[in-house]
Amino acid sequence: MWKNIYDWLDERLGLQSLYENLLDRPEPHGTWWNTLGSASLFLFVMQALTGIFLTVYYTPSPDHAYDSIQYIMNGVAFGWLIRGMHHWGATLMVLVVFIHMLRVFFSASYKYPRELTWMVGVMLFLLTLGMGFTGYLLPFNQRSYWATVVGTNIAGVVPGVGPFILKALRGGTDVSALTLSRFFSAHIWMLPAALAGLIGAHLYLIMRHGESAYPDADD
Amino acid sequence: MASSNRISRRNFVALMSAALGSIMGVVMGIPIVGYLIDPALKTESGEAWIPIGLLEDFPIGTPKSFSFTRSHVNGWEKTVNSYGGFVVRKSETQLLVLSSRCTHLSCSVNWEEARNEYVCPCHNAQFSMEGEVLGGPPPYPLDRYEANVEDGTIMIRFPAVRFDEVEG
Repeated sequence: MWKNIYDWLDERLGLQSLYENLLDRPEPHGTWWNTLGSASLFLFVMQALTGIFLTVYYTPSPDHAYDSIQYIMNGVAFGWLIRGMHHWGATLMVLVVFIHMLRVFFSASYKYPRELTWMVGVMLFLLTLGMGFTGYLLPFNQRSYWATVVGTNIAGVVPGVGPFILKALRGGTDVSALTLSRFFSAHIWMLPAALAGLIGAHLYLIMRHGESAYPDADD
Repeated sequence: MASSNRISRRNFVALMSAALGSIMGVVMGIPIVGYLIDPALKTESGEAWIPIGLLEDFPIGTPKSFSFTRSHVNGWEKTVNSYGGFVVRKSETQLLVLSSRCTHLSCSVNWEEARNEYVCPCHNAQFSMEGEVLGGPPPYPLDRYEANVEDGTIMIRFPAVRFDEVEG
């Protein structure tokens, strides 16, 4: 019966050819360093899932942000686990994405025909840092508040347009309720949407070009 | 390969991925379900014995009002609600504690000494000294608090209950 169901779906969705074309690709003999891209993808999915679950209780308002996180940590079953995974997963993701970039750089995998994969990857790295920066404010404790004051001040020293960038980031002159809610919006909608789209492009390019192989004696 | 019962490397990896993935899914799935339904599993009785004053401060023969507040915590938000009622002492030994909440739409009723009845300001409902409906829209008498006296202090059990659910 399962065979019939599978055949019915396969005939309409083309599952078999999808599998053959997307996943059943020839792979060069790699090392564990070649698994960091998949590790980054796994971490992104984990951050997305734990992040979605955190929004069930988190409230992005100055009067409730801190208290709602205290409640997640102490009042909700397994809240400490969901938040802990999101917290440590965030640090780990920045680290893994960065090491992935270093590996691509040192193995010179960014060369023709994979320049575009590299460029998209650089944007993915910057977006990951953006996720870290916007997410850091959300607990709205002293540390996150002042980290955001300092971080946005750094953007404010750009010659000429600095003060404008500063106000645009903060949603005003001070780090306030407006900053918290725009960082929240960026953290859960804008940056993840951009990340997801670019991850799709990144994966497509990898499937199109295959993974780069290390040169051997014949090369 | 047909005669060999050795598993190929590819099948082994596929099998292990599926097995480990399933274990991870279950290990994470259970906490996530617990996390999502947690508020539904919390039981809050809110039941408490509350002192409302010394028995000797409440006169015999005429209802005297009292009030108290209870705080209620929902997640990280705390709300404080006010409650009120009347202590009715018909004699030295009898003690009746009524809620002042009108059974029609929850307005607070007031004791009108001249009319010898409680009157609700919202829809002019009238209740007798013991809380029975004398007129107006209320569907049943005023709620009652279970009460007793400890060391001269009147203690009531919160929350109030319907007149027909009073024990004893």
